[in-house]
Amino acid sequence: MEKKDIIQSVKDSLFTGVIALALFGPIVGLRTASKGEGLFITPQWGIVFILVGLCILGRFLINLNSARKTEFTFFSKFTSKLSSVTEEKAKHLAITAILFAVVFPFLPFTDRYFMDVAIMILTYIMLGWGLNIVVGLAGLLDLGYVAFYAVGAYSYALIATTFGWSFWICLPLAGVFAAFFGILLGFPVLRLRGDYLAIVTLGFGEIIRIVLINWYEVTNGPDGITGIPRPSFFGLPFKRSPDEGEASFHTFFNLEYSTMHRIIFLYYLILILALITNYFTLKIRKLPVGRAWEALREDEIACKSLGVNPTNTKLTAFAIGAMFGGFAGSFFATRQAFISPESFTFIESAIIVAIVVLGGMGSQTGVVLASIFLIGITEMFRDLEQYRMIAFGGAMVLIMVFKPKGILANRKPTILMHGDKK
Amino acid sequence: MLKISNVETFYGKIQALRGVDLDVNQGEIVSLIGSNGAGKSTLLMTISGVNKAKRGNIVFNGENIENREPHKIVDLGICQVPEGRRIFSRLTVEENLRLGAHANEKGKFFETDIKEVYDLFPVLSDRKTQRGGTLSGGEQQMLAIGRALMSKPKVLLLDEPSLGIAPKLVNQIFISIKNINKEKNVTIFLVEQNAKKALELADRAYVLVNGKVTIKGSGQELLKNKDIQAAYLEGGAKN
Repeated sequence: MEKKDIIQSVKDSLFTGVIALALFGPIVGLRTASKGEGLFITPQWGIVFILVGLCILGRFLINLNSARKTEFTFFSKFTSKLSSVTEEKAKHLAITAILFAVVFPFLPFTDRYFMDVAIMILTYIMLGWGLNIVVGLAGLLDLGYVAFYAVGAYSYALIATTFGWSFWICLPLAGVFAAFFGILLGFPVLRLRGDYLAIVTLGFGEIIRIVLINWYEVTNGPDGITGIPRPSFFGLPFKRSPDEGEASFHTFFNLEYSTMHRIIFLYYLILILALITNYFTLKIRKLPVGRAWEALREDEIACKSLGVNPTNTKLTAFAIGAMFGGFAGSFFATRQAFISPESFTFIESAIIVAIVVLGGMGSQTGVVLASIFLIGITEMFRDLEQYRMIAFGGAMVLIMVFKPKGILANRKPTILMHGDKK
Repeated sequence: MLKISNVETFYGKIQALRGVDLDVNQGEIVSLIGSNGAGKSTLLMTISGVNKAKRGNIVFNGENIENREPHKIVDLGICQVPEGRRIFSRLTVEENLRLGAHANEKGKFFETDIKEVYDLFPVLSDRKTQRGGTLSGGEQQMLAIGRALMSKPKVLLLDEPSLGIAPKLVNQIFISIKNINKEKNVTIFLVEQNAKKALELADRAYVLVNGKVTIKGSGQELLKNKDIQAAYLEGGAKN
């Protein structure tokens, strides 16, 4: 490295420091504290000094690195290894992962907290897989996916509380409702693409949420819906003391009552739902409609000239993606037993889109890795309370820097030739 | 077979086609030549139904098709190889071909159809599992033609098959077009800027200027036409 370069990068780092000072100075440096009557400003220049120093140092190190044209090898090596491993041994890896997921509740270190996080990650994996149909395969950027999650959750909650039907009847109904809303959204956006489509879907997500808040007679507005029935194990409820003449899960199987039974059941429920979503997607990719989705993502005009009906193709993508969102919503409702519009804000859509994009558009395994990475990291830093979103942002930045096309960016062909390795 | 009468197409307020009259008979190779912006691609897109004609009729085998959806027109047997090939670049060669069979009873005769395409363009067979985007320009053009053939068209509309392709491959592609016409009995409507090649290949040809057909005749007649030589053929004065 030449002397000129060093001077240049020192200058650059100092400039970074100035920006950092301008930002951190007011935000961190001037802290308002209430003492008796009124607010007083307590300066915290020490922290500002440390932060600015870190920025300068960090920038300088990055400059040094890029000057030597070497990358942060550990991360990219790891992920490229991951890509090649998944290419070769995709099947083994998937089976191992599923087996691990199946035995996970009975591992010695698994406690209630781990189970809750696992259920949450699985919910996001399912949502990611559902959205992957729309965004990853059909290439329609949907920023309002949470709308279908909400429709599923509210359909389930309303049907279950009004008619008292069981989970297994309400679940498909909620899916159908969500699919219907998918088509409803699909029609007006058929002609739109890219940014414009994203804006309209974003609006759709907000419309659904605002309707849920204001349609008090039906949705109970911001108060939400309470007392949503819990799912039962083939008719056996998870209750400590079942009603007279009724068996509950633990009495039927002669077990000690434990709340973990219900949690474990919920875990397997979402695991199965998620795996169904995945299986369905993998199968449909090999059918004409699935291939048409991918073709539509690549080139709409070519599709038209080849006789693909873009209207039907887009609507099926929206409907099927929405249906899985609806299933996930039902699960969410039955798990929480309480839902309100609070749970269906834009940030949820953003997280799901982030999972799909960062996982590598269209990659099923990528969704899993991105969910574990993003949700897991956010959970790990839960103790930091409001700062944990910084961890979320940091994780996103890391993926974007090292894997700009997503963790697993390779598209797997749907047709393998004779003689190809399976 | 395909009769276009007085077709006018607009992009917003801009008129691209100003009353085009043209017909293509069963088994022919018909070429349409013209300079940039004459409306050649617009005409093909109008036949395919991607752009809609504001006035005029397009009749295919006795049926009016000017108001049909693009995929219905493909079902009737008109398939276009669009300008710039428009390969599905992240999909493999075979997947691209499979998409061509989309209109053809969902690929019922896929196995025999695909074999015919591979016989026609053996290079595609070697590249089956490769992504479309990794092929060379000429191979992509072959793939685009093969993809269109998978829909078993009666009329194949070709938009500038020589665009951006090495001269050696251009010859090969034109030979293939001739073969498709003669052996598979597919009627060809070819739009080209490479006027010499297009006219040599054509049974009949039209010249499109500013959205209107100005000259028509057999391919040989047009090749000898002094105006055409001056305007569209290189070194026209020498011949």
